[in-house]
Amino acid sequence: MSDTHARTTAFVRDTMLPEAPAPIAQRGAVKWLRENLFSGWMNTALTLASLYVIWWLLAHITPWFGNAVWNANSLAECRAILDGRSGACLGVIRDRWHQLLFGFYPPQHYWRPVLALVLLFGALAPMLFSNLPRRLLWLSALYPFVAYHLLWGGSIWIPVVAAAGFGVGALAWRLITPYTALGAILAALVTPILWWVLAAGAVAGALTSVAPLGLEFVRSDRFGGFLISLVIGISGISLSLPLGVLLALGRKSDMLLLRSVCIIFIEFIRGVPLITLLFTASLLLNYFLPPGTSFDLILRVIIMVTIFAAAYIAEVVRGGLAALPRGQYEAADSLGLDYWRSMRLIILPQALKISIPGIVNTFIGLFKDTTLVVFIGLLDPIGLSNAIRADTSWNGIYWELFIFIGALFFVFCFGISRYSMYLERKLSRGHR
Amino acid sequence: MTDTALPEVATDRRIDASRMKVTDEVAVQISRMNKWYGAFHVLRDIDMTVYRGERIVICGPSGSGKSTLIRCINALEEHQAGQIIVDGTELNEDLKNVDKVRSEVGMVFQHFNLFPHLTILENCTLAPIWVRRTPRREAEEIAMHFLEKVKIPEQANKYPGQLSGGQQQRVAIARSLCMRPRIMLFDEPTSALDPEMIKEVLDTMISLAEDGMTMLVVTHEMGFARQVANRVIFMDQGQIVEQNEPEEFFLHPRSDRTKLFLSQILGH
Repeated sequence: MSDTHARTTAFVRDTMLPEAPAPIAQRGAVKWLRENLFSGWMNTALTLASLYVIWWLLAHITPWFGNAVWNANSLAECRAILDGRSGACLGVIRDRWHQLLFGFYPPQHYWRPVLALVLLFGALAPMLFSNLPRRLLWLSALYPFVAYHLLWGGSIWIPVVAAAGFGVGALAWRLITPYTALGAILAALVTPILWWVLAAGAVAGALTSVAPLGLEFVRSDRFGGFLISLVIGISGISLSLPLGVLLALGRKSDMLLLRSVCIIFIEFIRGVPLITLLFTASLLLNYFLPPGTSFDLILRVIIMVTIFAAAYIAEVVRGGLAALPRGQYEAADSLGLDYWRSMRLIILPQALKISIPGIVNTFIGLFKDTTLVVFIGLLDPIGLSNAIRADTSWNGIYWELFIFIGALFFVFCFGISRYSMYLERKLSRGHR
Repeated sequence: MTDTALPEVATDRRIDASRMKVTDEVAVQISRMNKWYGAFHVLRDIDMTVYRGERIVICGPSGSGKSTLIRCINALEEHQAGQIIVDGTELNEDLKNVDKVRSEVGMVFQHFNLFPHLTILENCTLAPIWVRRTPRREAEEIAMHFLEKVKIPEQANKYPGQLSGGQQQRVAIARSLCMRPRIMLFDEPTSALDPEMIKEVLDTMISLAEDGMTMLVVTHEMGFARQVANRVIFMDQGQIVEQNEPEEFFLHPRSDRTKLFLSQILGH
């Protein structure tokens, strides 16, 4: 037909070719090695250098762990057993692990923080994994009160009466809503505060005298070690997220006064080192509080850590809010959703999803920053390592303690990080 | 304009105009409405009455204020002077009025603006459940009804990102319809779509018109304007320059601006 055909040689295949493997240099491990480790002289040199560094590190670290001494009650004993060889003196961990974990918490009550930690995972599960029944969230809401009672103990009526404050608020809201919506919100905010300030102490006292139930009271200064890091870290994380979200919304609000307050708060808190806030918590708050009020130091630190992290979370969430296309806000508006519904149902789920890496980053930072409380005299793991060294039998031991503390922190931070990756993957599946 | 072919709407269906009835009940009343962006006067002295059952196409060059005009009707944009009354409710500072108008006026956007984190069904049931307080079961029935109407009930459990542009736009229409709006606003509903998808969206809009919906459509689809609309409004520089019945508008445009615009958009 066309003249290209004139130059085409006729061809018919009569035998089909069998399937053949790729050349040996082009498949499997050989191909991978060639492409990733030895693809050029530069790459090859880097590979060899890296291998040398890894070998060198292992050569030094392995004997140190390999020769580790567990059965020693002092550094001197360790040195005698090692007899000049290099080796870890892990006897200090065996001797003092309970202090590193619990501080000076009474040993007969160790089960209480342990149980609180186990329950924590139970309480977190419905929040972290959305395929569990929603009703379990009510148990999660109870957890803070249960955990408080387990950790500090005292009369069982204190957390019960404190929790009842929320019940009082809900009741007030339920009763007043039919008449005025704004009044109901105000009542729901004011009645719990009135309850806590005016009635709670008396009611708890009365109930305690009638039915003196409860666990033995443990003072805050007995708390220490990893327990204190977890208490501060977890309270800070769970309180700073909602506060940070509210601050971010406030910063984007149309109301000038609200926006100014949020901006000043965020900029002030972010502009001040955490350690300054912690000193404020430990020293200055006493001057401002009415004389005679004893305000628990751990509680004060939790408040400071929370507002510090909340300022950072607010900025991270603001980034997420800004990244959403304007069309999402307009679509929500055009359907007649009011501000809070469009935020809760449309805007925040998407903005928070975008912000997950930043939020988790802040959380991990917050958790590690809890070690700063050593400077205001709380015995966190670092503080305890100092205390342990002050004992003559362990004077001069550093590496073993810091490696143990580092490993504990790493396990928790790595867990948070893996969870956030799971969450991102799960959400991006849905959104694609 | 005799050398220009009259525009045809891209559809295979026969347009049944028998149920497209304009009543004399007022749906939207706009009087002496003005809007500024800072010092820029976007809308100038807009006077317009929309009767129930009308299909109005608003066209004009870009920047003429046509999108801004329909966005004022559900208060996505504020107006600074004049009056807008939608279904007897005046749009003013009272947020209750704004929410009421918005829940009764449906809006379809150029870029669909579906909620990407919700399934198609959830996109459609969200507003009925949270604004109208419809029980979930009933809201889902309504949603399926309208998804069938826009011919994609089988996509109900997918996410918006899994659908084509035309399908997403039809979902957006269904999402608005689930609120049982009395007026529908379309802001360039086909501008972001490929030609074959434009057709499916136009088909949906025609069937909506056949059901007697009051529609205000900002579009460059002149075929739709000629064959479906009962009135065409031409805007330029924030003002209504010309409005007429479609046949008259296309055959005998009066102002020079309209003639120029039509010759550019219809081509030769």
